[in-house]
Amino acid sequence: MATQNIKVITRKPLRWWEKLYLPQVLAGMKITLGIMLRKPVTLKYPFERPVIPKGYRGVPTLVKDQNGREKCVSCQLCEFVCPPKAIRITPGEIDPESGNAHIEKAPAKFEINMLRCIYCGMCQEVCPEAAIVLQGEYSLNGYSRAGMINDKKRLYELGGTIPDPVRKWDKKKRA
Amino acid sequence: MAEDTTNLVTINIDGKDYQVAAKQNLVDAAQSVGIEIPHYCYHPKLPMAGSCRMCLVEIGMPMRDRATGEPVIDEATGKQKIGWMPKPAIACGTSVSPGLHVKLNSKMTVSSREGVTEFLLANHPLDCPICDQAGECTLQEFSSQYGKGVSRYRDAKNVKPKHKSLGPQVMYDGERCIRCTRCVRFCRDILGRAVLGVTQRGSHSEIDCYPGTQLDGNYTLNVVDVCPVGAMTSKDFRFKMRVWFLKKSKSICTESSVGVNTTVWSREGKIYRITPRENDAVNVAWMSDSGRMLYKTVEAETRLTGFRRGESEVTFDEAADAALALLKNGASAFVASGKMSVEEQFVLKSLAAAVGGNVYLAKTLGENDGMLISEDRTPNRRGALVTGLVKDFDGAEVSALAAKIDADEVKTVFVCGEDLSSLGLTEEQLKKVEIVYLGTQKNATSEEASVVLPSSTVFEKAGTFINQEFRLQKFEAAIPGIKGTESDLTILSTLAARASSSVATDVSVASVWEKLRAACPVLANIDYAKIPDTGTLLDASPWANIAFPETGSLKWKPAK
Ligand code: SF4
Ligand code: SF4
Ligand code: SF4
Ligand code: FES
Repeated sequence: MATQNIKVITRKPLRWWEKLYLPQVLAGMKITLGIMLRKPVTLKYPFERPVIPKGYRGVPTLVKDQNGREKCVSCQLCEFVCPPKAIRITPGEIDPESGNAHIEKAPAKFEINMLRCIYCGMCQEVCPEAAIVLQGEYSLNGYSRAGMINDKKRLYELGGTIPDPVRKWDKKKRA
Repeated sequence: MAEDTTNLVTINIDGKDYQVAAKQNLVDAAQSVGIEIPHYCYHPKLPMAGSCRMCLVEIGMPMRDRATGEPVIDEATGKQKIGWMPKPAIACGTSVSPGLHVKLNSKMTVSSREGVTEFLLANHPLDCPICDQAGECTLQEFSSQYGKGVSRYRDAKNVKPKHKSLGPQVMYDGERCIRCTRCVRFCRDILGRAVLGVTQRGSHSEIDCYPGTQLDGNYTLNVVDVCPVGAMTSKDFRFKMRVWFLKKSKSICTESSVGVNTTVWSREGKIYRITPRENDAVNVAWMSDSGRMLYKTVEAETRLTGFRRGESEVTFDEAADAALALLKNGASAFVASGKMSVEEQFVLKSLAAAVGGNVYLAKTLGENDGMLISEDRTPNRRGALVTGLVKDFDGAEVSALAAKIDADEVKTVFVCGEDLSSLGLTEEQLKKVEIVYLGTQKNATSEEASVVLPSSTVFEKAGTFINQEFRLQKFEAAIPGIKGTESDLTILSTLAARASSSVATDVSVASVWEKLRAACPVLANIDYAKIPDTGTLLDASPWANIAFPETGSLKWKPAK
């Protein structure tokens, strides 16, 4: 590096208004104040939540129909199709006294392990009863591994109601 | 249908010649060369009904001149002309004959199938998601393969009973039923009790029991197996698990010395059902309801887990040492069982030889039910003869052991899975001796035992049994052993090795077979890995003078 070609430049001396600093400070304040008065572009998460677009694939949930009937009949197709094997179902028989005895089958247990779920939506796609739906919920957390497994009760809490336009089981009951 | 290879005929399917056995119908013949002709009512083990029409195919025969009987030759090809029938015929009702021509993909065949499928589905419910048959339903399979995929039926579907209990084990769904009458024929022709029949007419017809009867007895679940759809369901298996999750393992039923071939269906170490496996020489395609329930022994309340010495839980090692200490006191006896596999009996023999002591063989007899349960209620008492564990049955009666205990000649009894009190020993006799108990279930003997060695059920281990006709049959492990148990073969091999101050290195079934072949003349030519699924008949002549209790079952009669 002996032959490095270094050119020494002497800094220009500051002019008088540059020595004052104030114009620069004011220019900066102008930008800051201008933005402070504008509508904010960010959300105050988690106090504010974004609007979730239709068709968003959030946490898979189980839903009931307009009569409060659980739609899932525990066919276990979602369990079969789920690529990371996040779903675990124990099928059961519907209590003959419940008024839904004609449907015969419902899950006794239904668990989705959210540490495994990859939000692919295959379960929703395969479900013949439109009972499992990936809805708007996206924020989930827990204190333990077990806490990340959504059981049947939690899945229905998350899912709520989605009306069934066909009402095939009602027709069957009447028939 | 048994194949008769000496009597072959040539038939032509879709322009290709095939050699098939004569004297069979077209469905079976096509099956034998790997071609599927869809069918519902026909079942190879039941008489033919010809009612579903799913097997309709276009057939033809080589033409002959009516007047002269000379073959009619097609000018263009120089070959004999084929006279195609103007209407399709049912394959299940057509016997193969030389020169039979069949079209499986012609317009006529395809539209026949589509038509039949459309009619069958017209009133069929959309039940697949809740139907236990889904995954093994021929209606489902054939509809997607040979159906049109659309229905023109616009009226309301028929409504029928959806859960009609026909008997203690069987539930019937009228809407799913396709009235193929396989169940009716099974009861009428196999059971000899025409309990089931078709009632009502046309599309309203359904299956019901004859008034005042129900589908009872010990063979009712076969109806569920023959039913091609989900109309007949097992109350035990109903809604338990989808079949596509289940792993199939070949097993042998331990209910009696008939040695019914079975398939055990399990998922992740849990058994959900047992069904018969076809073996024309033993059980055809049937099995008893009671045999199907034996999987419940795996998780029974009485199941033994955890090795025990006295009152304390110990490791397998400690238990084995404690057992050996008791056995080596010079006055031991062994009670073997027909529930043990051939390999276990053989290793028990070497254990008995190493520590010394007489071997007795438990006897559990019951009534022959005339079908698939014989007098001897253990699967493998013949094995004790073949392995040389006992010379004959009379000399190994457990009653002789009782006398020895009374005479203070026996101090330790090694019991393999049997309950001595039900074999005629009194409570005092049990209390008088030290008992080492090897088995899966708790009983009066295991309660009295000084050392308990919990072992595997038949579903958790592999091995062979020898049935009433000296047929050597193999069973494989369906599920892994549960916690707190070891396989019988491991326990026995460990004891036998330690008794002769060595270490059991290889306790696999295959390694025991090496020694078995050398030691037992009738097994000398048998390769364990190559025992066919339907078993191998052994030479029974060395035991021709022994009076066996069996009087015969469905497919076997003792020689006079
Ligand atoms: S959620 Fe749907 S696919 Fe999953 S078991 Fe229930 S009905 Fe079947
Ligand atoms: S019988 Fe077959 S086609 Fe009918 S509902 Fe059951 S699985 Fe589906
Ligand atoms: S119940 Fe099953 S076997 Fe019996 S007629 Fe109906 S479909 Fe056939
Ligand atoms: S199989 Fe039913 S008619 Fe041939």
